[in-house]
Amino acid sequence: MTTPASTGNTVISEELRSFIHLESVPVTYDIECHAVERFAAAIGDPNPLYSDREASEATSHGGLIAPPTFFRSLLPGKYPKTYPEPFAHILDGGSKYRFNEPVRIGDKITVVRKITDLFEKHGRMGTMLFKISEISYTNEAGRLVATQTTTTITYGTGEKDSGVGDN
Amino acid sequence: MYAGASQDFVAIHYDLNVAKEAGHPTVIIHGALKSAWLGELVTSWMGVDGRLLELDVSYRAIDFPNSTATCVGKVLDARTEHGVGIVELEIGLRNSEGIISTPGRALVSLPIREIV
Repeated sequence: MTTPASTGNTVISEELRSFIHLESVPVTYDIECHAVERFAAAIGDPNPLYSDREASEATSHGGLIAPPTFFRSLLPGKYPKTYPEPFAHILDGGSKYRFNEPVRIGDKITVVRKITDLFEKHGRMGTMLFKISEISYTNEAGRLVATQTTTTITYGTGEKDSGVGDN
Repeated sequence: MYAGASQDFVAIHYDLNVAKEAGHPTVIIHGALKSAWLGELVTSWMGVDGRLLELDVSYRAIDFPNSTATCVGKVLDARTEHGVGIVELEIGLRNSEGIISTPGRALVSLPIREIV
């Protein structure tokens, strides 16, 4: 167990710290063509690899695939206990994706998230909690197809934003 | 539309009242939608035989709908590794004031073409 910051007034409690490396309940998604088409339409990407079966079959992919950030729509499950979010407001700091292979229509992708780091910064908005999470996407053959590492920032008090504590 | 397709329902991205209460003139574009656009920038550039290996995006500043933003990119490095071409790109979303609100980086592999 790591010792909390020496300032003595850290928001990173032992309870919060116990979430580091705790895995979310796995969720498995069937990747179906309509969800992929809808996602591609929502981001405005006309690439035929995502919607034109014949055109996609003529490429080195040999069939339809999903856009790289489609993983974002495969939401992780909950943690086995309630995450004690200390703040009310949420910001998405960014994502780092690592792709081992594209997702294909018909894949079954299992999603697991875990927090890998928690740290604080002090700035204009007061204390901000940075949460680094790693989300793994594994296909039905057991191959890790991609990971997404997210930075989630929470800060401030008051009524909680929708989505705070879920991300 | 992106909220529905991506299942991201943080209200500041589609509820005008929530966005205004937070001090913004209008709703905020999802960071993940900006990632998706930068993903499209790279995948459309590399073509169907390219493979996107890495995509890193940081949301430094917020962007609003009905503004003009441009996806930009440049090649930082190109090398051969194990018989495939590896290209490293600096990418970003540039807002109407010329500021990169969303810097990023991508790594792609490309087939090597024989030059005749």
